[in-house]
Amino acid sequence: MIKTLCGKIEKLNVSETLRFLGYGKTALPEESVRQLLAECESEVLAAQDLRACYAVFDISAHGEKLDLGFAEVESHSLYLNLKGCKKIVLFACTAGVGIDRLIAKYSRISPSKAAVMQAAGAALVEDWCEELCAIFKREYGDMKPRFSCGYGDLPLALQRDIFAALSVTKQIGITLSDDYFMTPTKSVTAIVGIR
Amino acid sequence: MTILEKLKSGRVVLDGGMGTQLQARGLPLGVLPEEWNLSRPDEVTAIHRAYFSAGSDIVCANTFGANYFKFGDRLEEIIRAGIKCAENARKGLKDKFIALDIGSCGKLLKPLGGLDFEDAVALFKRTVKAGAEAGADVIFIETMNDVYELKAAVIAAREVCSLPVFTSAVFGNDGKTMTGTSPEAFVALAEGLGVDALGINCSLAPAEMADTVERILKVSSTPVIVKPNAGLPQERGGKTVYSLGADDFAAQMVPLVEAGARLIGGCCGTTPEYIEKLVAATKNIAVKPVENKGLTVVSSYTQARYFGHIPVLIGERINPTGKKRLKQALKENDIAYVLSEAVSQAEKGAHVLDVNVGLPEIDEPSMLEKCVSEIQAVTDLPLQIDTSDPVAMGRAMRIYNGVPLVNSVNGKRESMDAVFPLVKKYGGVVICLTLDENGIPSTAEGRVKIAEKIIEYANSYGILRGQLIFDTLAMAVSADNSAANAALGALDYIRHNLGCNTSLGVSNISFGLPQRDFINSTFFAMALARGLSAAIYNPNSQEMVKTYNSFLALSGLDENCANYIEYASSVSAGEITVTVGEKSGGAVTGDLKYFILKGLKAEAAASAKKLLEISKPLDIINAYIIPALDEAGKGFENKTVFLPQLLMSAEAASSAFAEIKAKLNPAENAKNLKAVLATVKGDIHDIGKNIVVTLLQNYGFTVYDLGRDVPPETVLKEARARGVQLVGLSALMTTTVVSMKQTIELLKSELPSVKICVGGAVLNEEYAKEIGADRYCKDAMATVRYAEELESKI
Repeated sequence: MIKTLCGKIEKLNVSETLRFLGYGKTALPEESVRQLLAECESEVLAAQDLRACYAVFDISAHGEKLDLGFAEVESHSLYLNLKGCKKIVLFACTAGVGIDRLIAKYSRISPSKAAVMQAAGAALVEDWCEELCAIFKREYGDMKPRFSCGYGDLPLALQRDIFAALSVTKQIGITLSDDYFMTPTKSVTAIVGIR
Repeated sequence: MTILEKLKSGRVVLDGGMGTQLQARGLPLGVLPEEWNLSRPDEVTAIHRAYFSAGSDIVCANTFGANYFKFGDRLEEIIRAGIKCAENARKGLKDKFIALDIGSCGKLLKPLGGLDFEDAVALFKRTVKAGAEAGADVIFIETMNDVYELKAAVIAAREVCSLPVFTSAVFGNDGKTMTGTSPEAFVALAEGLGVDALGINCSLAPAEMADTVERILKVSSTPVIVKPNAGLPQERGGKTVYSLGADDFAAQMVPLVEAGARLIGGCCGTTPEYIEKLVAATKNIAVKPVENKGLTVVSSYTQARYFGHIPVLIGERINPTGKKRLKQALKENDIAYVLSEAVSQAEKGAHVLDVNVGLPEIDEPSMLEKCVSEIQAVTDLPLQIDTSDPVAMGRAMRIYNGVPLVNSVNGKRESMDAVFPLVKKYGGVVICLTLDENGIPSTAEGRVKIAEKIIEYANSYGILRGQLIFDTLAMAVSADNSAANAALGALDYIRHNLGCNTSLGVSNISFGLPQRDFINSTFFAMALARGLSAAIYNPNSQEMVKTYNSFLALSGLDENCANYIEYASSVSAGEITVTVGEKSGGAVTGDLKYFILKGLKAEAAASAKKLLEISKPLDIINAYIIPALDEAGKGFENKTVFLPQLLMSAEAASSAFAEIKAKLNPAENAKNLKAVLATVKGDIHDIGKNIVVTLLQNYGFTVYDLGRDVPPETVLKEARARGVQLVGLSALMTTTVVSMKQTIELLKSELPSVKICVGGAVLNEEYAKEIGADRYCKDAMATVRYAEELESKI
């Protein structure tokens, strides 16, 4: 059964945003960049429309060939990640199309703001993933780290099966291109093993 | 009885869930539901039959996901089989109908996604054609999350067949679609396109939809569809059940039907039992007539704007008449300038933006289409499509995401025959100028006569009075001192006796007079008092804005004068900000380099302006701007300056440069190198490319930015036409490196002397060499360095 969730993040993860912008752990942003960040934070938070859908599947492994319950896939890295798991949570989540609109807007009128919006959007969806994993943990117990298509040798083509299994487009409005690119761009799909 | 007669005669019962019914009958995960039209037709027919027996007047064929993307050339077969299943279920029944069911194609349209609007139209046309030929009675475009896709589908249906079209969208608890459309904007768009029924389906239970349904009913002059879910899915004993049972579902539907829902049914989780109980619970509720609300409304993809209550302000800044800078921008294809004007007017409070790009030396239809689409990417205000070229008008109206305000038509037969068919097809509201073959009548009565003629003629095209706004033509009062009275007299009569909305291009009144703002704002106040519904105005004119805000307060349209008080305090706060701005920069006044390095746009521009009083333009560039950019660039290369800072510096440099440009002899400034930049075909990511464009321009290179998703032939054509020495290509996705390679091959064979540099997330040194590029540039600064290297060889 597919369940859906909505969410709201109250505060932007600034250090994560800076990390996406290339700032190392020690580099501190200039005052002007801090101001820019603050402007972007309020716009990004206002534009967020956090949604997620997920379902639990029974899985089994035959060597490194995994039956994920919604698709079969051969992947060494996922095999290692899921070792010892009998079930997984499969989820898709998005920060919403409003973030893409902001990025589209500022990429046309202010490159610096567009870059910060990109990073802030990425930080936002990362935090949303963390929140979701915390919810799954409460519901299903201890979880493995989440694993997405493109990590290690897990093929991007699995996205197609994930979208079908969760009816992602219908449930939460993420669309998938022929190249497995998601729009809204600040979206994530992942597999999380239940220990 | 036809389906439209049925709809006219009373309430119509739709069916319930199909997908969930198929799953209950064993449709395995991963199998497309439409496959069962061929492989298990008896099951599909049985579901339809059960809905007919339960009381459904219309069933939706099992074609929700039937599009070319999913089924390729099997599409027609799948659709024929789907309609056939419904026809078999209907055998022996009377006055029952079959809908070709069309859902989202699963891809997002440009500018947010990659699907071109016309490609979406073509995709839906193929589905509609197959369904119409197979014998569907109605096209039902449903579960739409994006009204732009909905528009493409409705246009496709209209262009392929003459069947009735129904449409419904999905609204969340927040009363918006997933792409942010309000119920009012959805109704405006669907009615503008002339659908026969519109409404809401899926996502929520009936009770949760109540607010949205009420909002739709309030503004819709079209029969309203309500097709909710059986609540939320829940797991019970390993099985998926929906939270709302059939009795509760029916009970929750009752108030929505009482409120006026005319086409009723269920979506996910509902079954024939739900429909049966729905029919039983609602059959004795009196049918509410569908009223013509007579609204005058335009919309964007998020919001609707109504005329007739609060006067509407239409920003006039995107119109080249008398604007040198805009003319230059349009000639140079400088869309960024147009967009900055759009954003600034939106920030200053315009409600609608006029878009006019008519210049003799440009291709107006393609420029207008491009500008409309680009402006919609930076603002969600409704737009006024302003052109005298019907081809340009038609193209812009077609791709506009919403229903536009159209400027304009007049009482000449030729004008009306060109414009009214477009308004009929794409919807929207049209500004009607009260002039005709005999010119502009000098009296109010003469102008009213023309208005009456236009109303009657529009009616013959099926265009309602509410879709017309009359501009009674403000003429120069300096030339004819009855000019104001004629315009105002006609305006008053049309508004109060003909019941139509009115508009004026206010500033024409003051032609030939000094201190035009004085006259304009007083005339504006007079017109508002006489019933002006909309004005084309300059958002930068303090006098006009003052008049408008004061008028709202004085005419009871501003509760507690809250709007006025906020406005008034912003005026004084604005004045204070100016002084503070100067003070904060005081310590380092004139140090342009510092402002650029710090990324302070306004200060950099002001400082450049000051420097121009004492220095030559070129000296300022060489002594301040270039060293500042170099310092920022070096810092970026050494990882002491990061991307946002680098870009802010570039933007500050641009703002300083804009000041200097005006005083600069072009021959003095320019570097010799010219470059074309593009994100390659298939790739819609352009942030990286935009950064490169900004920096190259800052360094004085001439850059032609072709945008994203650019075919190889276009790159070649532009590179040749512009005579460039460098082409920069960007790609983010592995899949589009192929088109990068094709572009390089084409350029190398046709223009071997042109150098090509490439960049983007998927590329590296080795890969770049492999596909034949002359240089891999890992970031924007690397591209600048490469351009400088080439410049030194010219």
